[in-house]
Amino acid sequence: MTTNAKPIKILLAKLGLDGHDRGVKVVAKALQDAGMEVEYLGMRLTPEEVAEAAERESADVIGISLLSGAHKPLMDKLVKAVRNREMLGETLILLGGTVGDDEVTELQEMGVDGVFPVGSSLKSITKYIEETLRQKA
Amino acid sequence: MGLYDKDAIDRVRKQQEEWEKNELNGALEVGPERQDHYQTVSGTTIERLYTPEHVKDLDYQQDLGMPGTYPFTRGVYPTMYRGRLWTRRQIAGFGTAKSTNQRYKFLLAHGQTGISTDFDHPTLTGYDSYDPLSEGEVGRLGVAIDTLPDMADLFDDIPLDKVSISLTINHPAIVLLSMLLAHAEDVGVPWAALRGTVQNDSLKEFHGQKTFALKPRGAYRLTMDVVEFCTEHVPGWNTISISGYHTREAGSSAAQELAFTIAQAMAYVDGGLQRGMTIDDFGPRLAFFFGCHMDFFEEVSKLRAARRMWARITKERYGATNPKAMLMRFHTQTLGSTLIREGALNNIIRGTSQAIAAVLGGTQSLHVSGYDEAYDIPSEDAMRMSLNTQRIVGAETGITNTIDPLAGSFFVEHMTNQLEEQANVYLKTIEDMGNGNMQDGMFAAIDSGYIEREISQAAYEYQLRLENDEYMVLGLNDRVEGEIGPGELYEHDPEEETRQLDRVASVVKARNTAEAEQRLQELRAAAQGTDNLVSYVLAAVKAHATEGEIMGAFREIFGEYKDPGVL
Repeated sequence: MTTNAKPIKILLAKLGLDGHDRGVKVVAKALQDAGMEVEYLGMRLTPEEVAEAAERESADVIGISLLSGAHKPLMDKLVKAVRNREMLGETLILLGGTVGDDEVTELQEMGVDGVFPVGSSLKSITKYIEETLRQKA
Repeated sequence: MGLYDKDAIDRVRKQQEEWEKNELNGALEVGPERQDHYQTVSGTTIERLYTPEHVKDLDYQQDLGMPGTYPFTRGVYPTMYRGRLWTRRQIAGFGTAKSTNQRYKFLLAHGQTGISTDFDHPTLTGYDSYDPLSEGEVGRLGVAIDTLPDMADLFDDIPLDKVSISLTINHPAIVLLSMLLAHAEDVGVPWAALRGTVQNDSLKEFHGQKTFALKPRGAYRLTMDVVEFCTEHVPGWNTISISGYHTREAGSSAAQELAFTIAQAMAYVDGGLQRGMTIDDFGPRLAFFFGCHMDFFEEVSKLRAARRMWARITKERYGATNPKAMLMRFHTQTLGSTLIREGALNNIIRGTSQAIAAVLGGTQSLHVSGYDEAYDIPSEDAMRMSLNTQRIVGAETGITNTIDPLAGSFFVEHMTNQLEEQANVYLKTIEDMGNGNMQDGMFAAIDSGYIEREISQAAYEYQLRLENDEYMVLGLNDRVEGEIGPGELYEHDPEEETRQLDRVASVVKARNTAEAEQRLQELRAAAQGTDNLVSYVLAAVKAHATEGEIMGAFREIFGEYKDPGVL
């Protein structure tokens, strides 16, 4: 990254009542260390609140962490909220957490760009974000 | 007085110097060690060799003592597992109360000796099943309990005076405990005959489990109301299970787990004393709950250090004279976060190793996490395996035949000391935040995000060690050849949510609405004053007020906690 390039802006959040926030915080720190601008919104947010924040902050990436098993209905709502703001495709939507291997395709068809099940390395997440945004630019 | 005289230590040191110069150097010239640096899972440096020199100041009477005597380092009972094995207590809960009741009967039939209840997220956070926030989470990761009739279903045909019950609930603890007390009345079991535990550790919610509902001070008041009420009316009940498990799951180090748990405990003791109780009265019913990670000796040492620290603090700081108020009884659970998805059956070995460490650490009860929990809540097969693991460790390994068999190990005693020292540094920091008072210190440490930041930094450092291959985990950064799958997984029944919604609707429809409203109104009024709130909550649950209604009243009065999003 050249010195005058704008850093990648990423919003991280947890939806629903899920309280497992170790992963999202570790990812936040890794993305910060990779030079990205990270804002962690915290937990118990609604999909609408997250989409609104992404619009307000002109975020490049929305990263959601879910270990509650409720990711399908919640991500569906988030994708819709992002689409309603005409940001779908502009803003990358990522999901990390306890996602079954067999659910990845379904989530991608729904409109989630990248899925990172438990056990994904920090490097793989950073690399995915950097490369995908570079290709889009 | 140390265990060794100075001359003996000098001789050891001399011998070690000779050994380093000759044998060791010779060996290192032939081949270097596998790693430049050895460390525990928590990142503490481990030396090549531990000798009497590392424990030269160890004083047997002051630092270890006899089992069942101060400072309880060697165990809380004089006979330990020679007298009675630990309680095998696997936590369980999913779907509706009726479904979970079936699982309890299955576990009791397969060698479980106590019940532990896992609630779903809506119940844990104080929302009813029909709340919009609950959608998709009703009965998903635990059992859904909305009203007293659900509690009756949960413990249907389970003899409350014979099986001990643990309720893993925190901010709404006062509500769920009241439901259990009301149910006990209904089935004719006197409160004095009840044995069990309510987790009721409101403070750890802000940095550990994160299923908070209320702002810290309101939540803390409810915790202390339960302590006060049970001390008087439910004498066999453990009033708080002061928990490090969730802190460790949130990514803390072993020393942080130890320190923050004890800091929580001290804040509760301060609260009890403020209410005019003595530590000799309520101290004996405070229980603890730790996680057990993969680093075997670090975990054994942590558990030994925990007992000693608590004994010292209760006696020296709080002036306890009743030994029961000084001894730390604890439950241990093998850490869910150490379970790896790839090669799921390998998790049986992880659970076994952690279980052995917990037993060598002197635990009073144990939950071995299911091998398939990296996928979902455990299947029946996984729970059976967990119980069998405990039975094999108890019966076949011989580690239960003598008390505290690792005592006197230069390494274990040194690490026990080291963990106590590391934890004391955190305790001092928190105490300073409260100008000498641990209750104020904990509120300050929570409000400022101090504890959360400390934990997430440790979690990040651990993750970096993994990513840099400084700590190898099979199936994570160490590839598994020929994956061994988990077998048949738990199958979530999405219809359970509908069943629960119907259930609440019918209870609410059948109740006397005016009476329920009246009880909730009385509760609100009392919450604005200083009365103990348990009797008000009891009256409300008997009128079939829902958990969400009662917690809603508390949210109004005490304020709802919003996650500050501390990194």
